[in-house]
Amino acid sequence: MAKQIPIVDYLVLDDGDPHLVANECDNCGAIFYDYRNACGKCANRTFHKRTLGTTGVVRSFAIVHAAAPGVPVPYVSAVVDLDGGGDVKANVVNVEPDPAKVSLGMKVKMTTFVGGTDDEGTEAIVFGFEPA
Amino acid sequence: MSDNVWVLGASMTKIGRYPDKDIVDLAAQATFDALDDAGVTIFDIEVLAAGSLFSPGGLGQPLSKQIGQTGIPIYNVINACATGATAVRTAYLAIKAGEADFGLAVGAEQMGKMGLLAGNAARSGKHVFEPKGRYGSVMDVDGWLGSGTMPAVFGQAGMEYAYQHDGVGFEQFAKVAEKNHQHSTLNPLAQYQKAFTLEEIMEARVISYPNTLPMCCPTGDGAAAVVLVSEAKLRTLSIEQQKRAVKIGASILTSDPWSEGGNSQPDVNTLTRVAADQAYEKAGVGPEDLDLVELHDCFATAELLHYDNLRLCEPGGAGEFIDKRGPWRDGTTPVNVSGGLLSKGHPIGMTGVAGVFEITTQLRGEAGDRQIEGAKVGMAHVIGLGSSCGIHILEKASL
Repeated sequence: MAKQIPIVDYLVLDDGDPHLVANECDNCGAIFYDYRNACGKCANRTFHKRTLGTTGVVRSFAIVHAAAPGVPVPYVSAVVDLDGGGDVKANVVNVEPDPAKVSLGMKVKMTTFVGGTDDEGTEAIVFGFEPA
Repeated sequence: MSDNVWVLGASMTKIGRYPDKDIVDLAAQATFDALDDAGVTIFDIEVLAAGSLFSPGGLGQPLSKQIGQTGIPIYNVINACATGATAVRTAYLAIKAGEADFGLAVGAEQMGKMGLLAGNAARSGKHVFEPKGRYGSVMDVDGWLGSGTMPAVFGQAGMEYAYQHDGVGFEQFAKVAEKNHQHSTLNPLAQYQKAFTLEEIMEARVISYPNTLPMCCPTGDGAAAVVLVSEAKLRTLSIEQQKRAVKIGASILTSDPWSEGGNSQPDVNTLTRVAADQAYEKAGVGPEDLDLVELHDCFATAELLHYDNLRLCEPGGAGEFIDKRGPWRDGTTPVNVSGGLLSKGHPIGMTGVAGVFEITTQLRGEAGDRQIEGAKVGMAHVIGLGSSCGIHILEKASL
């Protein structure tokens, strides 16, 4: 099996089923996927890791037909409200990119797939959401 | 003694593509027109704020060399799509602070056929995955973890509103574009002056559903300028200058406060709502007092949100507002009678100044075929992702 690496560091592949881990503010519980010097909500400066849910509902989507070269179109860009708290931007996959097939509020679950391979054969693993 | 600031002169070039000019030429033309309109010269101006998103070295000093180098302080302003509004506010603040009586704000951009504006730049060099940056990403995530392209980001913002409110969908978004393109047919300064039927808009090429091509603003070139003056100085000018001057009731700039959900998708609503609240309070007017609004319709989906954010409609009622033609020229609150960004165009650094030009021209009763009769109070709103929101409320008033 080819060596694999998550597309972003908040996707965890080597600890059970693939899932997201966020930085949660020690003081107010706001979560961030990126490294923050201080919390955007309360300015507290310490965080801990929090494992997020892998199911949720589609809060918004757009069906993208125009993208940068190399990006397969059309695809569904979405924000998913995760069960148990937090939200995340990702593609909705394994569904026809058609307004009649994707709906606001639809239940989805996380899935992973290969997004690219580098010159050394390492695969970048991408997370997306598919109809639950 | 009042410390109000007034718009004394305003101008904009027609928006289009000017391959034979550069951005400084465009900015100089707008400056000359605004100075002439104000009845002053560059030697009267005590502060210059110059806005351009795509002039890394700054537009102000190169412009100064083309309009008369008087040695005044120059502020080069860059603030996303609120760049022009920030330039206006910078000149406004200098006058408010008592440091100047006359200020000049110029916004300009030369974009040509820039095409799709995306959220990320492609990486180059040896192709080996290695986590980089704040998200530890190994490749360009755009297109893989959702889209950072502007038509998609604002498309999703619109769909979130549709999720939260009944009676909002593709057709309501398309109606916004139908209106603004129709409005633009009356504005000779617009980049495009072509009307489309609702059907044509809904059946046009999809860029990012729910935004089709005529629901996305074009890229283009242009410049706008305003001359601002202190009230004390205005009192010393001619009756004709005083009569045409327009009072700035509020000049507001906000950035995005933390909000739930802003982590995954830019929140274009909260900072606009905060800015609107501040602007109404500062100007002492309410949304019902506005005779017209120029708001930031970078995409048709965005305009619909701002009906609600600026409180032009009942809470949650943006769909009904467009269905009932409230924002049309002959509606309850005309919105984007210039054609808006969708049709007038959106040379980014210019836009915020062009909005102030449009409201000023309307309040003076000098807007020609697109004049909203008897307009006395108007709002110019812009928002750029990152985010930054600028609102100016202008009033036809006497000294």
